Amino acid sequence: MSNPPAYQELIANFDWAIAERELGYATGGPINIGAMCSDRLCSQGLADKPALLWEDYQGNEKRFTYDDIRVLSNTIAHFLCGLGIHPGERVCLFLDRVPELYIGFLGILKMGAVAQPLFSAFGEESLSVRLCDAGTSAIITQKKHLYKVRKIRNKLPSLRHIIVVDADGSPAQQGEVSFQMDQVPRIQQFPVYPTTAESPSVLHYTSGTTGQPKGAQHVHYSIIAQYLTAKWALDLRPDDIYWCNADPGWVTGTSYGIIGPWSNGITQVVLDSGFIAERWYEFIEKYRVTVWYSAPTAIRLLMKEGVEVVRKHDLSGLRHLASVGEPLNPEAVIWSQEVFNKPFHDTFWQTETGCIVIANLPGMTIKPGSMGKPFPGITATVLDPKTCEPINQPGVAGLVALRPGWPSQVRTYWNNEAGFKAKFKNGWYLCGDRASIDADGYFWFMGRDDDVINTGGHLVGPFEIESALLGHPAVAESAAVAKPDPVNMEVVKAYVTLKPGFKPSDDLELEIMNNIRRRLSPLAMPQEIEFTDFLPKTRSGKIVRRILRCKEFNEPVGDLSTIMEE
Amino acid sequence: MDELTKVVRDYVVREYLEEGDDREITETTPLISGGIVDSFSMVSLRRFLEKKYSIHIPDEAATPQAFDTVQSIVALVRKFQMAAPTSA
Repeated sequence: MSNPPAYQELIANFDWAIAERELGYATGGPINIGAMCSDRLCSQGLADKPALLWEDYQGNEKRFTYDDIRVLSNTIAHFLCGLGIHPGERVCLFLDRVPELYIGFLGILKMGAVAQPLFSAFGEESLSVRLCDAGTSAIITQKKHLYKVRKIRNKLPSLRHIIVVDADGSPAQQGEVSFQMDQVPRIQQFPVYPTTAESPSVLHYTSGTTGQPKGAQHVHYSIIAQYLTAKWALDLRPDDIYWCNADPGWVTGTSYGIIGPWSNGITQVVLDSGFIAERWYEFIEKYRVTVWYSAPTAIRLLMKEGVEVVRKHDLSGLRHLASVGEPLNPEAVIWSQEVFNKPFHDTFWQTETGCIVIANLPGMTIKPGSMGKPFPGITATVLDPKTCEPINQPGVAGLVALRPGWPSQVRTYWNNEAGFKAKFKNGWYLCGDRASIDADGYFWFMGRDDDVINTGGHLVGPFEIESALLGHPAVAESAAVAKPDPVNMEVVKAYVTLKPGFKPSDDLELEIMNNIRRRLSPLAMPQEIEFTDFLPKTRSGKIVRRILRCKEFNEPVGDLSTIMEE
Repeated sequence: MDELTKVVRDYVVREYLEEGDDREITETTPLISGGIVDSFSMVSLRRFLEKKYSIHIPDEAATPQAFDTVQSIVALVRKFQMAAPTSA
């Protein structure tokens, strides 16, 4: 087994053409992620190699070879064509981590449509906002989520088809159709739609400070970066058994839970189960997982469970560990070194970057708590917030910025070009995070530069939560801010003023919490609600979340000259 | 089924099972691993239990395992009911 090349060696003469060559892409020619992740591998002799080993919480197992995912994605593509779905239309995947989610993703791309994965725990309001904005034509879902879709259907004139993957009878309502992947005739050959580099591929919704979530539009050329970053940053090798914990409802689950491993011809494992430490260790042991891409929240939960449960399992198969979602605290890196005999390698990226952009690469000296260094081909810096010029002094905090032009960079926000353009300043793409760079070129995360809440590695927009809070009959005004949390880094806290006739109580707090959970998602549910008589506002009446956030983080609030006196 | 078990089960069904989801929740149905309750939702379930039974469940006891079934939740509540000081 060869050692990974040194960082300097990787960046010397780096060119994304390395990935183009390895994937067999010719500039200007067709490129289709669906085919690249299935047909291409089969034509290279990997047809019989396991692509997906799947298990659910009850221990039910399914196994799929690369030929299986080729044929089954053909079958889904063929089915969608038969429904009259056209290239470019948005097809939503609203599924738990079932095989249809992973294989359906490829099928949608193969027929030229745009895959729109959404987290299956989203409530009807979160779902509705995202489907409405995208003008989604079809949604692929399960019986257990069908009721949510039915409830919002009359708000979605573009939604023509509801495809249910586990319906055991005939469709119950008009527009609903059953598709059981393992029961329909398999389509051996399907004419893959000739998408090109800039053809839209995936639409991932992400939250910002203002307005509703934005649809980050990616293209088929993104595979160039996802392939190479998976290979180099996650150190994927042909014989690896790879496990990515992320749900494909979020970008990590598609870039590195589908595209990255499958474009590399890797066998990946999926556990469709909620978090139980013992179950996770059993799973790693059973499948002899070699590369594990996890998240700080999960790692901290595992730390909380202690080392005794680890010692009960043979986890010696693990070769490389990596993490993404929010900064990995130094204690977690040190803990994994002690417990697994190897450190978690932190990686930094986001929905808009489409791929890992800053990382502790294999072979690089890890500085616990650091984000690492820019991936080869990525020009990253921190900018002075006032001048938007790069800061050249080590250790000085600035805005994390990337020079545009890497293959998987978001191409626009759906229906929101102005919002997209606002992400660029002075020729740099602004990530929305603050960091500093040390003398060795390592980046150190310091926090978000906006009001977005990073909870358990997922960005939650305050506007969406506040809008939902105002939908509760007792709430007059609200502000949603981040509150520090030892496991999730941040959780949502809501400050609420009540309408006349309502009084603060534990019952009301719980009722509002559950209301938000059902309508938006468990992630968006405030874990604490503070009832207050007034909220800090500017003289123009805008609520100043910054003050509330500073209060939660015990930070100085800074300039208050524009705040209205109460 | 005793009263405590019934209260916990009914609350889980009412609050966490999606409308139209006709799965039966028994005392041993996996709630966390089965995806019915997640670590974020656990917070509101814990809040409900603490208020309803006037107990305090410390962070170290509020683990996914402890909330994985109605049975384990009931055991958790009983443990902290016994630990709680009795009112005069």
